[in-house]
Amino acid sequence: MSTIRTSIIGTVTDGLAALALASLALVASAAPYVPKDDSVVLEHLPVRPSDPVARELRQLRAQLAENPRNRQVAIRIAERYFALANSEGDPRYVGYAEAGLRPWWDEPAPPLDALVMRAILKQYSHDFPGAVQDLVAATREDPENARAWSWRAAIDMVQANYEQARKDCLALKDIENNLFAVGCIAYLDGTTGKAAAAYRALSDAFARASETSPEVKVWVLTRLAEMSLRMGNVKQAEEHFRAAYFEPINDQFLLGAYSDFLLDQGRADEVIPLLVDWFKSDILLLRLAIAEQTLKAPKAAEHIGALRSRFEAAALRGDKLHQQEEARFDLVLLGNREKALALAQDNWTLQREPRDARILLEAALAMKDPAAAQGALDWLERSGHEDPGLRQTAEKLKALKR
Amino acid sequence: MRATQALAAAVLALATATAFAHKPSDSYLAISVEGTEVKGQWDIALRDLDFAIGLDDNGDGDITCGEVKAHRNDIGAYSLARLKLRSGGADCPLHATEFLADDHSDGAYSVMLFEGACTAEATTLEISYSLFADIDPQHKGLLRLEHGSGTRTGIFSPERATQTFELEKISALTQFLDYAREGVWHIWIGFDHILFLLSLLLPAVLAFGGGRWQAVERFAPAFWDVFKIVTSFTVAHSITLSLAALGVISLPSRLVESAIATSVVLAALNNVFPLVHGRRWMVAFFFGLVHGFGFASVLRDLGLPQNALLIALVGFNLGVEGGQLAIVSTFLPIAYALRASWFYRRLVFLGGSLAITVVAGIWLVERAFNMKIITP
Repeated sequence: MSTIRTSIIGTVTDGLAALALASLALVASAAPYVPKDDSVVLEHLPVRPSDPVARELRQLRAQLAENPRNRQVAIRIAERYFALANSEGDPRYVGYAEAGLRPWWDEPAPPLDALVMRAILKQYSHDFPGAVQDLVAATREDPENARAWSWRAAIDMVQANYEQARKDCLALKDIENNLFAVGCIAYLDGTTGKAAAAYRALSDAFARASETSPEVKVWVLTRLAEMSLRMGNVKQAEEHFRAAYFEPINDQFLLGAYSDFLLDQGRADEVIPLLVDWFKSDILLLRLAIAEQTLKAPKAAEHIGALRSRFEAAALRGDKLHQQEEARFDLVLLGNREKALALAQDNWTLQREPRDARILLEAALAMKDPAAAQGALDWLERSGHEDPGLRQTAEKLKALKR
Repeated sequence: MRATQALAAAVLALATATAFAHKPSDSYLAISVEGTEVKGQWDIALRDLDFAIGLDDNGDGDITCGEVKAHRNDIGAYSLARLKLRSGGADCPLHATEFLADDHSDGAYSVMLFEGACTAEATTLEISYSLFADIDPQHKGLLRLEHGSGTRTGIFSPERATQTFELEKISALTQFLDYAREGVWHIWIGFDHILFLLSLLLPAVLAFGGGRWQAVERFAPAFWDVFKIVTSFTVAHSITLSLAALGVISLPSRLVESAIATSVVLAALNNVFPLVHGRRWMVAFFFGLVHGFGFASVLRDLGLPQNALLIALVGFNLGVEGGQLAIVSTFLPIAYALRASWFYRRLVFLGGSLAITVVAGIWLVERAFNMKIITP
């Protein structure tokens, strides 16, 4: 009887049904709505228009609009926005910085300052080959360009090119032998099996250094904490983490490393107060959700849902910037071992830091698939990296092979 | 710049090169194309719009609904100027129809609904997307394109600002099969049509003579009787189905549905108290006209593609016939085999006809008075 209408079959009808705009929503989100009244606040801007930084940037942008080829202004804008991107963790600012550099973006040989800035912005978007190419050109043009050498070192470390990283750090040392040159080598040594020596060198240089900014202090203290962990000195590591935490700046990397330390120590309850205000940051929300799930806290489900939708959004965009975090999300929070391993393997082809090795080893162990983590096992062998946790996981994996 | 300062920034990066916190700027663009018509929804982050055109009028760092409302026209003009749809060498001009808000995982978005039309039916659609390309080259536009032939997705960035989508014509065969399947399905779940047909077919293996029904002696007369009934029912409902589907005639559905129920009642009652025999194909034809209107309403609910009206109509109709044929070819051999038995003549034929009368009678009341008695 015609009163019974059942499922509509067929692509034609699907297409017609799709006309209903409600079904057009691309990403899982609540249905679009009309806000109740005009006073409803829809969005908080991270920087108020009256903020001095915002005001300065507005002036600079107006200046640049008058003459887009004013390189000095363009680079100042790029520097400012890049700093904002780092402190706020919002990649939009990198886009704004890039927009300022547009006249030089596709040039084969832009002026040195534009070249280095371009490389820095490229590496932020994980265009490592593009960034390295620019930095090689920059250091060739100006072998005394400390900034270019430092960034080369940073990228070589991320990609585990330790031989080249050592050359980069030594070039830095030739230019200016200070805390940063020492820090560069110590960071390399600390990662490649000489943690004790690196720790001594860095803490000595740190003690000698005068007028260090909070940013530099946090960086050094976090590195010292990591090196302590690699030496198996948990107590010393915690002292450094706490000292860094009490510096008067927010550093997402420190918060992430400190939270991981606490989680590894089985102290999830201490992670929550540390990260409770960091909902907006993907990397910190991940740690917060892990702590909450460990403690069976009621907020866990909500935060896992938020992370899931952020990873889905990144996937739609075709981003591979989040794979390390997403792998950990899948492994630890969802128990989705297979997907976690695939992500961790893919991530390993892009970046090879100890954290990247860790997630690959753990995901492979969860899947009982030592061959999948061969890259990380080889790296561990070759680098001599000392982290006891990583070594333990690797031993378990190797035992599976036998 | 002092080397020390430069180094500080870079060495700090030694650990932060991979630290990445936020979702980047994306917009979500959904476009649906049917024939020449384009409809869409575009979700753009308020933060991005604020950076581009300024929404925070009072400068307090909060964007309120009122502030967004005040800038609706600006938002529409700014964004639609950066989205070009072209088909067949001509632009498909777009205009905003409605503004809403939505919350995505990274904050509040303006939701703009828009419409437009291309000059000819879009077979290739060229989409040029340049939103925020000048102020944030990292921005991406995430497209979902809906068309009868399927759903496509695309990612727009300054490097890939213009993309062309082949809107493959939905193949006539696919369309035909889709509608044929709907036709079969409709007969299968359309108990009123089945019962009407059965009421007319039940006596086909019997002959009325001497005031009572008797079993026919040979298969051929029974077969031809069924053939005539089914054919005339088919011809009749094809006529009205086509006329109604093409909009030549339209009848209120309550009237049609009631008439269909009546036809079932009368056909079944005729078996118990025979008035018409011998010429049941004429009954089938007459009421077939009524049933055709019922089929047409189903077809209307499915939606008729204006560009493939004939294919849909023929496909649906043949689907209905196929479904009928399946029922008849199952029924006839069984009925013929059982025709002389008490079971068939009393229980199936008389009992069945009475039962059909009762059920259809209830439908008639339900439909005529818009009530629910047995229909779930």
